[in-house]
Amino acid sequence: MEPILRVRDLVVGWDGKPILRGIDFDVARGSVFAILGGSGCGKSTVLRHLIGLAEPMSGSIEIAGVGKPSLGLEPPAFGVMFQGGALFGSMTLEENVALPLQKWTRLPKEAISAVARARLRLVDLAGYESFLPSAISGGMKKRAGIARALALDPQLLFLDEPSAGLDPITSRELDDLILTLSRTLGVTVVLVSHELASIFRVADQCIMLDREAGTIIAHGKPAELRDHATHPTVRAFFHREAAHHPNPTP
Amino acid sequence: MNEPAFSLRHESQDGLHVLRLEGRLGLQEGVVLWQQLRDAVAALPASGEQRQCTIELAGVQRMEGAAAALLVGLQDDCRRKGIRVAFAGASEDVSSLLALYGAGTEIARAQPRPGFVTRVGLATLALVSSLRSVPEFAGSLVISFGRAIRSPRSIQWSDVPGLMERAGADGLFIVGLVNFLVGLILGLQGALQLERFGAESFLPSLVGISVVRELGPLMTAILVAGRTGAAYAAELGTMKVSEEVDALRTLGLDPNRFLVLPRVITLFFMVPLLTVLGDVLGIFGGMAIGMSYYDMSFQAYLLGTQEGIALKDVHTGVGKSFFFGALIAIVACQRGLTTRGGAAGVGRSTTSAVVSVLFALVAFDFFFTWVFSMVGW
Repeated sequence: MEPILRVRDLVVGWDGKPILRGIDFDVARGSVFAILGGSGCGKSTVLRHLIGLAEPMSGSIEIAGVGKPSLGLEPPAFGVMFQGGALFGSMTLEENVALPLQKWTRLPKEAISAVARARLRLVDLAGYESFLPSAISGGMKKRAGIARALALDPQLLFLDEPSAGLDPITSRELDDLILTLSRTLGVTVVLVSHELASIFRVADQCIMLDREAGTIIAHGKPAELRDHATHPTVRAFFHREAAHHPNPTP
Repeated sequence: MNEPAFSLRHESQDGLHVLRLEGRLGLQEGVVLWQQLRDAVAALPASGEQRQCTIELAGVQRMEGAAAALLVGLQDDCRRKGIRVAFAGASEDVSSLLALYGAGTEIARAQPRPGFVTRVGLATLALVSSLRSVPEFAGSLVISFGRAIRSPRSIQWSDVPGLMERAGADGLFIVGLVNFLVGLILGLQGALQLERFGAESFLPSLVGISVVRELGPLMTAILVAGRTGAAYAAELGTMKVSEEVDALRTLGLDPNRFLVLPRVITLFFMVPLLTVLGDVLGIFGGMAIGMSYYDMSFQAYLLGTQEGIALKDVHTGVGKSFFFGALIAIVACQRGLTTRGGAAGVGRSTTSAVVSVLFALVAFDFFFTWVFSMVGW
């Protein structure tokens, strides 16, 4: 089957300096794909490039067979949940979820409200429709962020650090939600994370990035990488061993 | 008097230099310890090509982390100066502590601060980039505006009434008060000068023209820049650092149309309205002086103002306030949307927005005055 996301020879960087090169991977439809790596390895930078917020230095990104879309000119082919939810602070949760529907559909107001409420129910936020983001917890913000990302029924969902900063129970609930979205709704999920428990539970495939190598150092199923990886950094990551980082070059 | 917690002795045997430390070493002793050690190391005589010494720690009863960090820092500092410093005789605890802080290893230095010339160069480049960024942003706004004309729903119109209330209605009191006070000051100063020539009757004209052509629009714009421009920069800056602006983009919403154009439209209309109010209250300020100091009647002052001010004065004053309104919103939003670096970044953007807007307002006011004087308005 044609992959929903195809990344070829991607080079990403900041201020004209490449930080990761040769990023190559495919994401199969309906799967949960994790981008792993230690703090500061460039996971979120890769994500920003995948979702079109940054321009790659070279290489290609295809979503559903189409090159990277121009943001703002057509309905987005994917949804994104940012690390802190990135909900609009002046809007209620329902208004947050309704916003993309108002922009990209001709649905009447009542229908938009019904869809927005249904999305919030899906992420277990029924009853919180009229709450402002400032009045809910971090985990709820992330779920509301997922509800907003799902508003236009995207086939592909990007999640930035979904488990970061959550207690184990809330984190587990969020993992369940990701699995539901993937298994029940058939949504492909690409997530950036370094939470091992969450990765083993939800991810079908993963790649691991490394700052020193400047590229992907492992690609496969999380359990296989844990059990069979030979790369010392990959082994250290999956077995929670301390890795020695050299001092930064002056 | 308390006994010193530690002692440092310099011993020299067969060309080997030993600095013998004894006692308790902690943060309290840090200043003295650091100074004494540096003095002792600096006083070492040259031994062959390289100076070297051993710090003997057998007599150290207790060492805290801060003292270990100082010793390791000194060792590293000396290495860079070509002086080899070794630790000896340390107990197991002290050895572990020194190892924890990296004794014997080369410690990476923070990147050196660029020199003065480099900093001047970098600051100049940043200034040029900052000056260039506003016209570029205004250009992108024109493109967004063109798209918005084709698709008016893409502008977040629902925000506009609230923005107008905050920028306009909520600012009525302060704009009115400040302009009234400016009128008072102008009236008083003007009257004192005119009195010398027996020309008090020209006070209404003086105040009226000054307020309507220059001070009303400028003072109002300055107040709006301080109140509303700063708020826009802080609001958009916070949205930027909390990834809300990125979220807008990924939802297919253009931040220019969603966030910036409603604010530009708001100030484009609210600043002239506030200016008209400011003009009226500025004239009333002058009138208060005229009536109280020179016994001018209300009608006489009003008639004097009417005779002094031509319609073109009102047109030029109010006309440029449309431009001022758009300018405040564009610069403030541009600064907000380019915020980087968390809460401190929001503070920097807000300050930068207010400073840039104030400078731009005064510069453009001068430009307008010059152009109007050239064309005889």
